[in-house]
Amino acid sequence: MPKKYLTYILPLAMGVVFIGIWYAVRASLGDERAFLLPTPDEIIRAFGDHGPQIWSGTVNTTKGAVIGFSISVIVSFIFALILSLTPLIRASLYPYLMILQMTPIIVLAPILILWVGPGLASVTIITFLICFFPLTVNTTQGLISTDRNLVDLFKMCKASKHQEIFLLRVPAALPYFFTGLRIAATLAPIGAIVGDFYAGNSAGGQGGLGFLTIIFSSQFKIAALFATAVASCALGFAFAGIGIGLGWFSLHKWHDSYAKTDS
Amino acid sequence: MSTSPPIVRFDAVEKRYGDGPVILDQISFTVHRGEFISLIGPSGCGKSTILKLISGLNPVTSGSATVEGVRPENASQELAFVFQEPTLLPWLPVQRNVELPLKLRGTDSAKRTKVARQCLELVGLGERMDYYPRQLSGGQKMRVSIARALSLSPKILLLDEPFGALDEMTRDHLNEELLSIREQKAWTAFFVTHSVAEAVFLSNRIFVLSANPGRLYREIKVDFPYPRTNDTRQSPEYQRLVGEVSKLLREVENLQP
Repeated sequence: MPKKYLTYILPLAMGVVFIGIWYAVRASLGDERAFLLPTPDEIIRAFGDHGPQIWSGTVNTTKGAVIGFSISVIVSFIFALILSLTPLIRASLYPYLMILQMTPIIVLAPILILWVGPGLASVTIITFLICFFPLTVNTTQGLISTDRNLVDLFKMCKASKHQEIFLLRVPAALPYFFTGLRIAATLAPIGAIVGDFYAGNSAGGQGGLGFLTIIFSSQFKIAALFATAVASCALGFAFAGIGIGLGWFSLHKWHDSYAKTDS
Repeated sequence: MSTSPPIVRFDAVEKRYGDGPVILDQISFTVHRGEFISLIGPSGCGKSTILKLISGLNPVTSGSATVEGVRPENASQELAFVFQEPTLLPWLPVQRNVELPLKLRGTDSAKRTKVARQCLELVGLGERMDYYPRQLSGGQKMRVSIARALSLSPKILLLDEPFGALDEMTRDHLNEELLSIREQKAWTAFFVTHSVAEAVFLSNRIFVLSANPGRLYREIKVDFPYPRTNDTRQSPEYQRLVGEVSKLLREVENLQP
């Protein structure tokens, strides 16, 4: 069979095997413990029963994730430009960047609630913070890894600092930037959900998927919890897809990592 | 030739980086317009450093270097550099790579496009304007690199082992092309190489350098007339000179402690 069919058939086959195992495990649990593992059809039904709730939770979480992620991309890029200027600036600012990264969200959340109140603002800030580190570190690394010879070429052509940064260092840093972007894109929905869990706001339908988790678990609606997990996963895939897509769009024409090979 | 004023002149030039060892020691030479000079010698003899001094990228430590009668950093408009690697910007198509030095100097885009086309046609890549560097072979990338250097219409071309990474056939072809382009453009060339055959084929003078510290050990004149072709390589005189320079190079290498 040609290889190109196999690449579609094998993942599908794996999915069928996986679901089969799922039902088998459920059957082995016995009636008393069956509630621990809802079956896929029960999860789908839970989507029907709690549709509006899950939908509005997904929308609210997406808002926080998109806003926090977008601001993080912009601010981290500017920050990376500053960090890339001299080793002294990097040495002075890196420790503080580390502090941001080291502080757990669980600790930050109550502080943020005090400062900006629960809800979208807190969720956005938490998402921003969780994306900021991988974005900044990768972009900075890219900006300072420019080929020496290309820098010499620019010097010899008497390029201005402005030209050197925007015509050379920034485009050369794009592969690094997109590596950071891909990592941040998978972190953003997680950040928004965790942020919502700790600093979300339930009032007036503002709750996100994190808040739904709290509600469903307190009501012991296991199938609905699984449905929330599925929605979170879908959001994660959408974000990862966007991250990968943006990278492909900017790099596939010229970067070696997108070159067609025989294997 | 010797009646025209020198285009590059080194007078007792010494170069060291910071407190490091002496890289170049008492280098003196005079080069006139239209000459093709090859620099050859063992690793660490400072051949590439001489190019960097001429380019004004690095200053001399003592002695004096002049290009067109002025300090090298003030003459950078007159010269172009071809690096060991093609050093193309991988995110720009070939044409925009060639336009880059002109763009950095603020030349308008219509003129840039025209010059880029001419220079690419000169190196035989007029049909490859829209390709990305990734899509080119090693030899083609080097041609683009040369076209980029030519786009500035330099009076002096500095070439730092440009064909070192290429196979011998490609290298021979590019050597011939380089000379035929020079027939039309008439720049003065400084060419760093490890290949004796290449040095003899291209140059009218070969500077043999010794290492630790870099000194000018011997100068060889190559008197074959230009244009030179593949037939030049078959001539007994060429073979004899290649032998002679090879012997010198071995002598220089044996000088090393």
